[in-house]
Amino acid sequence: MGIRFVLMVNKQGQTRLAQYYEYLTLEERRALEAEIVRKCLARTDQQCSFVEHRNYKIIYRRYASLFFLVGVDVEENELAILEFIHLLVETMDRHFGNVCELDIMFHLEKAHFMLEEMVMNGCLIETSKSNILAPIQLMEKAS
Amino acid sequence: MGSQGGFGQSKEFLDLIKSIGEARSKAEEDRIVLHEIEMLKRRISEPDIPKRKMKEYIIRLVYVEMLGHDASFGYIHAVKMTHDDNIHLKRTGYLAVTLFLNEDHDLIILIVNTIQKDLKSDNYLVVCAALNVVCKLINEETIPAVLPQVVELLGHQKEAVRKKAVMALHRFYQRSPSSVNHLISNFQKRLCDNDPGVMGATLCPLFDLITIDVNSYKDLVATFASILKQVAERRLPKSYDYHQMPAPFIQIKLLKILALLGSGDKKASEQMYTIVSDIMRKCDSTSNIGNAVLYECICCISSIHPNPKLLESAADAISKFLKSDSHNLKYLGIDTLGRLIKLSPEIAEQHQLAVIDCLEDPDDTLKRKTFELLFKMTKSSNVEVIVDRMIDYMISINDNHYKTEIASRCVELAEQFAPSNQWFIQTMNRVFEHAGDLVNAKVAHNLMRIIAEGFGGDDDTADTQLRSSAVESYLRIVGEPKLPSTFLQVICWVLGEYGTADGKYSASYIPGKLCDVAEAYSTDDTVKAYAISALVKIYSFEIAAGRKVDLLPECQSFVEELLASHSTDLQQRAYELQAILGLDAHAATSIMPMDASCEDIEIDKSLPFLNGYVQQSLEKGAHPYIPENERSGMIDVSSFRSQEQHEASTHALRFEAYELPQPVMPSRISPIVQASSSELVPVPEPSYHAEMHQVAASLPSVSDTGSLELKLKLDGVQRKWGKPTYSSAAPSTSNAGTHKIQNGAPQPDGVISSSSRAHDISYDSRRQQIEISPEKQKLAASLFGATSKSDKRQSSASQKVSKTHIPAAEKSHLAMNATSDTAVIEKTPQPPPDLLDLGEATVSGSAQSVDPFKQLEGLLDLNQDTSTINSSIVGASRAPDIMSLLGETALNVQGDSVANLLSAGRDDANLLSGFSNTPVRNDHGGCTLVNPTQQLIKGPNAKESLEKDALVRQMGVTPAGQNPNLFRDLLG
Repeated sequence: MGIRFVLMVNKQGQTRLAQYYEYLTLEERRALEAEIVRKCLARTDQQCSFVEHRNYKIIYRRYASLFFLVGVDVEENELAILEFIHLLVETMDRHFGNVCELDIMFHLEKAHFMLEEMVMNGCLIETSKSNILAPIQLMEKAS
Repeated sequence: MGSQGGFGQSKEFLDLIKSIGEARSKAEEDRIVLHEIEMLKRRISEPDIPKRKMKEYIIRLVYVEMLGHDASFGYIHAVKMTHDDNIHLKRTGYLAVTLFLNEDHDLIILIVNTIQKDLKSDNYLVVCAALNVVCKLINEETIPAVLPQVVELLGHQKEAVRKKAVMALHRFYQRSPSSVNHLISNFQKRLCDNDPGVMGATLCPLFDLITIDVNSYKDLVATFASILKQVAERRLPKSYDYHQMPAPFIQIKLLKILALLGSGDKKASEQMYTIVSDIMRKCDSTSNIGNAVLYECICCISSIHPNPKLLESAADAISKFLKSDSHNLKYLGIDTLGRLIKLSPEIAEQHQLAVIDCLEDPDDTLKRKTFELLFKMTKSSNVEVIVDRMIDYMISINDNHYKTEIASRCVELAEQFAPSNQWFIQTMNRVFEHAGDLVNAKVAHNLMRIIAEGFGGDDDTADTQLRSSAVESYLRIVGEPKLPSTFLQVICWVLGEYGTADGKYSASYIPGKLCDVAEAYSTDDTVKAYAISALVKIYSFEIAAGRKVDLLPECQSFVEELLASHSTDLQQRAYELQAILGLDAHAATSIMPMDASCEDIEIDKSLPFLNGYVQQSLEKGAHPYIPENERSGMIDVSSFRSQEQHEASTHALRFEAYELPQPVMPSRISPIVQASSSELVPVPEPSYHAEMHQVAASLPSVSDTGSLELKLKLDGVQRKWGKPTYSSAAPSTSNAGTHKIQNGAPQPDGVISSSSRAHDISYDSRRQQIEISPEKQKLAASLFGATSKSDKRQSSASQKVSKTHIPAAEKSHLAMNATSDTAVIEKTPQPPPDLLDLGEATVSGSAQSVDPFKQLEGLLDLNQDTSTINSSIVGASRAPDIMSLLGETALNVQGDSVANLLSAGRDDANLLSGFSNTPVRNDHGGCTLVNPTQQLIKGPNAKESLEKDALVRQMGVTPAGQNPNLFRDLLG
């Protein structure tokens, strides 16, 4: 399994979206989020976008006030994950139009749906924006 | 749309989001969420809640859990929502259950049925939604319930369904390989699916399968190579392009697979050389994604059977990484250097200064990666510098996880390469002093073993020296405050075994120290046990040597304290000490032989010395001992439990009725049973047996076993000491080996240019050295050997190498190139050709001449009229529209916040500067040009999104409010 979790956290450390690909209890998730957010937010812009944490790596990227953090296994390609984050943001941008933090907050489920299309079993399975968005747009039309 | 407007969401929901968004602290957020929980608890179980409302409640529950609070009271409602016919509601319900539940949750059983039904649905969106859940919530037991349907869906007409079915099967394989072993061939079939999405997804399970069993998939090498070739040649639909790279994520996955397949397999590797070098050449090293692919190529090159041409281009790429200003690329440079160093050790020398810069960088991530590299290139000539640095770093950090890791690395290196006893002992002391409580207990045992056994050679004097220097340094350290427990145990053990061995220290000095330790760490029973055992050893050695033993007063009081200890173990040891003091020299020698910690000890588990006692008891009418696993027919509850032991131990509910109790054998009930069994049941701690008997000649072996079992578990501990690793002679031989390969697989171009590049590099590094500080030079010299000299040698050597390459390559160029080309062509028509006739198959030629606007394709919506792309005039003409919209709706918005909205994109130009990467910046530089237009267009439906803005403003969330960041465009 490559990707362990995808987190979106704002500058204040508040979680905006959390998706885990392995089961963690509520307490574990809480502790983990607090720990890694503290770690990543303390870093400067010039430093690496990668942080080692326990037995996995966290790849993070900042967009405006929102941090995207992805926890991956050690053998994962860091730069590719960094670009996966960007692809996710571009996809959301295409869907929402100038996506901002508030879009994700108001449409939490849609942001999750996009992630569901892109990642399964911790693997990146779809990278075509139109393929990712097609089912979501169809669903919107249906309801 | 609800009466509330834009989102179909209620004012309540908007208020919740608003307050969460504007919460300034975690405490405030918690207050909001707790209030929300109270309200949801009341509302959610009301009857007849409209579905739309329910969906909103479910999402609010998701928020509650996401923000770290328990929402289990509402799980059942999420489960219910999965039954809904409306796809949007159903999928929301499914999403919520995957977020709330794990695969072993009790509620899963209620969902399985729904999943089964949905997998058969005519609506492929419903099937997809169900497959998503299958991947998250189906556990080993429920796999059979959905497996047949999932297998059927592998052939579904919709590619989205096939893709997800493949992943469901993958998940089953992860959960329980045995349940789908017979279906694994399906993955290979799907690899040739004519939809690239399905093919791309199938690479994930195949990667896992190949990781486990490479040899079964060797026949796929050609297939993977040809898929990769087609991907690189832009045969996939354009929508897979990312920043002008053709399907880079699929390329990366394929390279990972090829790396596995080619590892240690020359034949397989030869099939990959051409395509890997093609990809490396095509990579755009100015973009992140290009570098990601490049990095994967290097990983692949270092994994497969080495090819000198590829190694050379990998080395070039690495030096570009290392020279970059971006920390991310430097990190990758260090990482790849570590991979390549095994194949060409000389490469590190070219980059020594870059490595040292990274080592001294304040960025922790980079530093750690560099330590990893140093760990890989440690040899006996540089072990001292490296381990020293590692320990310094270990002391400076607080992260226990990493401290542990680096400590065990230090230990490993020290054991492997230690140049001298003294250095070894000192190094171990430093490691234990600072991370003693973190290192694995094994490490401590290992250290004791090494001190006991020495180098493993025949050199006894060296062993004695090692021990003496250990004793000496421990006596120095032992007085220091707050030593870790593990370290103290080692100290006590060594002082006990060898403290008086060389006669330097008297039998009153060492016990004094040991008592000090026991007193200073009086709460640590393990340390006290080690201390008292050490005293036992020292005194019995004294007795054995025929000297009179006087217990020091502090020892006396220590022993007395232990005699009354709550710990039976400590008590036992204290009594043993007392008993030994009264024995003669002969008995003492057999109890505690000198330096016998390495001797094997035989343990007779049948305890034959008890036979007489057992016999006696049996004669007196005691019932024979029944082993625990045979104790089934007993009457009391405990016997019942042992009968049901299996079920009881798993803590699972039993669904079958209990069996009738079995008739009891009267002879089995006997009052003595309990007593005798409690005496005879084997106890884990051998010291208990001894308790029952007098301290006799049989005791020592028992207690010795005990202490040995406690302290020295050496089975399975690998011996590392003195083992040779890579020698410095390696380069010359590997060069010779690579020559041959060069001839076998020619890479026509780049030979000359890369040799001249080698020139450049060495020239560069020489020039750099003029500017660097002497300390760095010194460090470099100690890490890599001589600096400038070796550099020169390096460059001339590489020159020579590349010169000899040229003729060989040229000669074989024509002939081999032709054959290798045809080989590739011949292979393509096999399974993968489906990729060739993809419906959308774009003409590969067109890819090169992209119109500049299309390059920004990722940011502009395809649905947009071309006219909007073309000119900003359109955007401008929409501006008044926006104003009027805002004027109509935004009642409480002041003029300045309107301006704020319009300029939001621009004053946030610094958003992008979050990335240190120049490549990224380049990318975005392009975006910002179009941005003004985009700003006004607002995505697919400009009007709607403006309404959205206006609406949230109405709700009271304004960009000028407490958290203006909520409005910032993420992409800037």
